[in-house]
Amino acid sequence: MIPLSAYTAVSAVLFTTGLLGVLVRRNFIIVLMSVEMMLNAANINLVAFSHYLESMSGQLVALFVIAIAAGEAAVGLAIIIVVFRGKISTNVDEMNLLKW
Amino acid sequence: MVLVFFAYFALVSIAAGILVVALRHPVHCALALLALLLHVSGLFILLNAEFLWAVQVIVYVGAILVLYLFVLMLMNLKTDERYFHPSALYFVGPSVLGAVYVLYLLLQSPFDGAKGTAPASVVLQDGDTYAVGIKMFSDHILQFEIVGIFLLGAIIGAIVLAKTPKALDPEKERS
Repeated sequence: MIPLSAYTAVSAVLFTTGLLGVLVRRNFIIVLMSVEMMLNAANINLVAFSHYLESMSGQLVALFVIAIAAGEAAVGLAIIIVVFRGKISTNVDEMNLLKW
Repeated sequence: MVLVFFAYFALVSIAAGILVVALRHPVHCALALLALLLHVSGLFILLNAEFLWAVQVIVYVGAILVLYLFVLMLMNLKTDERYFHPSALYFVGPSVLGAVYVLYLLLQSPFDGAKGTAPASVVLQDGDTYAVGIKMFSDHILQFEIVGIFLLGAIIGAIVLAKTPKALDPEKERS
């Protein structure tokens, strides 16, 4: 039997890697991919607790997180297309139109 | 046997996650993300969540990742030479140390709590899909509707954002 803390450990490692990707990478698309990775880490946590605490609610919340991730990907990629059409590169350092 | 599968899924997903952050070319990163998502779905199987496994493979791998790859191919990105922030090294070390400490704390904790009403035997009797469906359409129906509205808003927002902008009044533009 695998202890619950093993799943939370995997989830924590994945989340930290995704956070590092968001902070460190410069390409906007890879930043979005790292956000997906963080959402997946949260999903592992939710499903693991749902299994070990014998409650279905965790799996439902994980399902909703997947739906939110789909919406986030759609809107984020649309923003990338708009930015790229305006001849701005996808480097997050050069995207500062809204910065005051 | 379960332990072997758990170790495989966990180690490969962590390795794929590191590759997503570390690889230089965006398409390679997307393929590493594919490996990550598939192995995370394997972890869901080990946790008796077959429905979430199917949703993960269909929605994440089939829809979201294909959308990412589609945009990557559409935009024909060139790889930049310096792809890390130069100040990265200042916080990579402390963050790795902090993560190791959090890992230590996690592995110490027994994580016990009040049990719910769905032990594995009850879930396995009718299947995970049945249990998720019953729970979703009885207790969580409001959240389900909210997610539906949210997805509609996201679709409309994506269409509005990505549409080719036109001049508001073509007559006035010409004069």
